Amino acid sequence: MTQTNTLTDQHRAGRVSRFIGTLNQARELGLSVESAGEGHLTLCLPYSEKLIGDPRTRIIHGGAITTLMDTTSGCVILCALPAFELCPTLDLRVDYMRPAEPDRPVYARAETYRVTRNIIFTRCEAFQDSGETIANCVATFMRVGQNALPKSYRDLITGEGA
Amino acid sequence: MTTPEILQYTHDSGDFSKLIAGIPYAGFIGLECDKFGDDLIFRLPPKAQNLGNPILPAIHGGVIGGFMELSAAIYLMMSQDVQRMPRIVDFSLDYLRAGLDQESFAECRLTRQGNRVANVMVTAWQTSRSRPIATARAHFLLTD
Repeated sequence: MTQTNTLTDQHRAGRVSRFIGTLNQARELGLSVESAGEGHLTLCLPYSEKLIGDPRTRIIHGGAITTLMDTTSGCVILCALPAFELCPTLDLRVDYMRPAEPDRPVYARAETYRVTRNIIFTRCEAFQDSGETIANCVATFMRVGQNALPKSYRDLITGEGA
Repeated sequence: MTTPEILQYTHDSGDFSKLIAGIPYAGFIGLECDKFGDDLIFRLPPKAQNLGNPILPAIHGGVIGGFMELSAAIYLMMSQDVQRMPRIVDFSLDYLRAGLDQESFAECRLTRQGNRVANVMVTAWQTSRSRPIATARAHFLLTD
């Protein structure tokens, strides 16, 4: 398949936007696409008081960062493969460098650094405007093939149903 | 807020409502906790906003991670002399089965506690404890 070459960054961002639009939790967190390219993706998590873990500090809970990084790592696969495949997460490892500063968004930039027939390896960094790293994450995903999903849903995400 | 008074109250009464009300993220995902003797079972009742994959449908993997991570932190506050939300250092999560749109449970085990760092294992399951949906391991910093 040479379809990869015909995918523009705009297509990739569109796919990811439509995909996260179907994930209730991603909508609930207000995740949005910041930028997309071949094999890399940046998502944005806006600050929200409902995500606070410790009201004394107003710092958002690590769980929200985990969800941001899991989502970004899972969605970067849409920017790496020519066809839309939903790949379940096998494992995820997050190292927390420092707490995210309150009232400011957190970004996560992920890349696929190895794609094989069965497994996809990703790494991801969460950071804020200041450029300081909040957390690093590596994850592995299993490829179950594009036929694991109904065609109508695939078309919805790739935009081919329109 | 997780004050020492609230922790003491929760410890004595087994009523987690005050503690959980002081942690906005716990309410965001809907985490609950029950105490059986000294044992704690964390629960995540089904909630539409927690879903990821709409086809199965399944709970978003990140929510399962957040649920287990927060369970481990509360577990530490209840079982150790940790008077406030401990800081997480790292978190390693293995997904074993899809978390379907039904109630999930988690239990924690303290693998090792040093002076400054604690290692906690977390297991999450749905219909049967013998069929976990995820296992996790976390390190927490107990000092500043």
